[in-house]
Amino acid sequence: MPKTARILIWILVALLGALALATVALHRGEQINAMWLVVAAVCTYALGYRFYSKFIAAQVLTLDAQRATPAERLENGRDFVPTNKWVVFGHHFAAIAGPGPLVGPVLAAQFGYLPGTLWILAGAVFGGCVQDFVILLFSVRRDGKSLTEMAREEVGRLGGLVAYVAVISIIVILLGVCALVVVNALKASPWGTFTIAMTIPIALLMGVYLRRLRPGKVLETSALGFVLVMLAIWGGQWASRTPSVATWFTLSASALAILIIIYGFAASALPVWLLLAPRDYLSTFVKLGTIALLALGIVALHPTLHMPPLTRFIDGSGPVFAGNVFPFAFITIACGAISGFHALISSGTTPKLIRRETQARMVGYGAMMAESMVAIMAMIAACVLQPGIYFAINSPAGIVGQAPEAAAATISNWGFPITATEMHALAQAVGEQSLYNRTGGAPAFAVGMAHIFSNSLGGQALMAIWYHFAIMFEALFILTVLDAGTRVGRFMVQDALGHVWKPLGRTSWYPSILATSALIVGAWGYFLWQGVRDPLGGINSLWPLFGIANQLLATVALCVATTIIIKMGRPRYAPVALVPLVWLVAVTFTASWHKIFDPNPRIGFLSHGAQLASSPSANVRLIFNDRLDAVVTGTLIVMVALILMESAVEWIRVLSGRKQARVKESPFVATQFASEEQG
Amino acid sequence: MTSTANNPAGLTRALSLLVAALREIFDESAYTRFLSRTQTESSREAYAAFCQECDAARARRPRCC
Repeated sequence: MPKTARILIWILVALLGALALATVALHRGEQINAMWLVVAAVCTYALGYRFYSKFIAAQVLTLDAQRATPAERLENGRDFVPTNKWVVFGHHFAAIAGPGPLVGPVLAAQFGYLPGTLWILAGAVFGGCVQDFVILLFSVRRDGKSLTEMAREEVGRLGGLVAYVAVISIIVILLGVCALVVVNALKASPWGTFTIAMTIPIALLMGVYLRRLRPGKVLETSALGFVLVMLAIWGGQWASRTPSVATWFTLSASALAILIIIYGFAASALPVWLLLAPRDYLSTFVKLGTIALLALGIVALHPTLHMPPLTRFIDGSGPVFAGNVFPFAFITIACGAISGFHALISSGTTPKLIRRETQARMVGYGAMMAESMVAIMAMIAACVLQPGIYFAINSPAGIVGQAPEAAAATISNWGFPITATEMHALAQAVGEQSLYNRTGGAPAFAVGMAHIFSNSLGGQALMAIWYHFAIMFEALFILTVLDAGTRVGRFMVQDALGHVWKPLGRTSWYPSILATSALIVGAWGYFLWQGVRDPLGGINSLWPLFGIANQLLATVALCVATTIIIKMGRPRYAPVALVPLVWLVAVTFTASWHKIFDPNPRIGFLSHGAQLASSPSANVRLIFNDRLDAVVTGTLIVMVALILMESAVEWIRVLSGRKQARVKESPFVATQFASEEQG
Repeated sequence: MTSTANNPAGLTRALSLLVAALREIFDESAYTRFLSRTQTESSREAYAAFCQECDAARARRPRCC
């Protein structure tokens, strides 16, 4: 294509993106079509990929097409395998896309669609995509080393320790909050609980089929499992309408929490691979299929957004979680904009599959853009709901009242009209007794998704099926995150304890397995239990904690990235990682300060604890929880400060010439794939 | 410029890449490589050995939020 035509096309993309962003940002008092968000997102990603990621690849990282990757040099057919770039892209995307980009934007929709959308786009293009790309490339140049190893080698011993603590913290808090999302979605829902319970025998059946009847045919087995899950959703309707069966599956939040804790422990401590591996495959199958279906649904139906661009809750008085739009929108949406957890994937399996160094751009930067698009779709799913419905589902009883009439009246007084009759009709349409007080994002996302799907496939008659499909989809892959996370956490604790007493580090020694599993499950189980017993719904306290922990890990990753760029002798390009790092530090420090010290009891842990202590019926456990959360937040922020200080000292030493600028990369070896088309 | 949609060869290539990505995500390619590496035919025993080999690695692989 002639150069002039290419320039013209990119000018058109830029103009279209600017028009879409202006429409999204400037429309007031009238509803807009969801396609404006889609167009704004696609144009922003296209420009970001074409220009910014290319600049980083060429100027900052100087990707070398002649340099062999560890997949080529260390190829062993097992961990290190040179793989087609599109295949690695799919593999990487499947690993980074979890419940976060679905839940975070739904919660942040309480501010309106604008703050969350702008953060998702800017955060991804200038932060998340950059982090994933840079960490992936640096891991590729270090034989696939993990983030913790790179932090230790390039930043210092303290950096390695902080990275380790950050990973453990994020795993514990993530699992607690994810489990809470599932509990709030399934409590008093016999249909949903039945469907999820059925995934256990279905997974076992898949395991037998895969191991005995069709060894290795995972796709075929997953498709079979998917059909069975669809039958289970259909069967859930029967279960919910049959009183004798419904009684068994109508569980309180506490009962569900205990069951999930037992499940987590069993998944970590018992040899239940026949259950876990097929569930993992089934979860991935459903996840990829549903994301594709949702994208098609939004494009085909281009629904109208009923949520305003900004709500009154930007002032910090939001019912879903309390706190001003800055900084809380930016820690509520982590995955989808920038997520430290991705740095673990980018320095895990993916660098061992990259065939050409130049392909790191497409895989690292590109896959994060795809996840960011999933977050935009979640934002759309939440904002197609009438705001009154959104707030009725997401507001805890402690804010809007227990009785439906009281809740509807409170929400209507906020300027989002809703009646108890409308909510009852909606609950009936989706096959539930009630949709009130279901904080956590999953039910609101499910109603939004059911709304979109039911307008295209099956009409209103299938609304309940689509709702429970969405609930099943979210619960299934949250439970997969939960069992995988518990095992990863257990191994990390075992590795650490092995330095104290060798037998504790043996992953096959049962006393160690039981003790470390109990430790990890006990830790996230405590947070889950705290959330379940919290009159404000738990999400108000726990989701910001999770956001802070996740952004702490991103801070570690960006400190590592900045340090390596400076050591590469390219300090003038350090702002590529330094600017998102400064932003994250501002966000995490401000959010942490508010969560600990804010005088508003709905925001500050300490003031909330003090308020509880001053009431006549002081609940000692709730007061302890508040103080514990304050200590955890404080510890996380001290970690941020420590890694920042150690990194800054390293930068100053290198920049002032007191330390030689030398990176610890693997030696250059010429690739044998040089004749292939670059990536 | 020919688009994938009106180019059967391009469409076939796109589909085969999609299938390859799915086979990688769902560990089918890893199993094929295992069979090739150990020079064995697919069987219950071979698949059990493959699962045993990759279970340890999979257990340490985090799933993102």
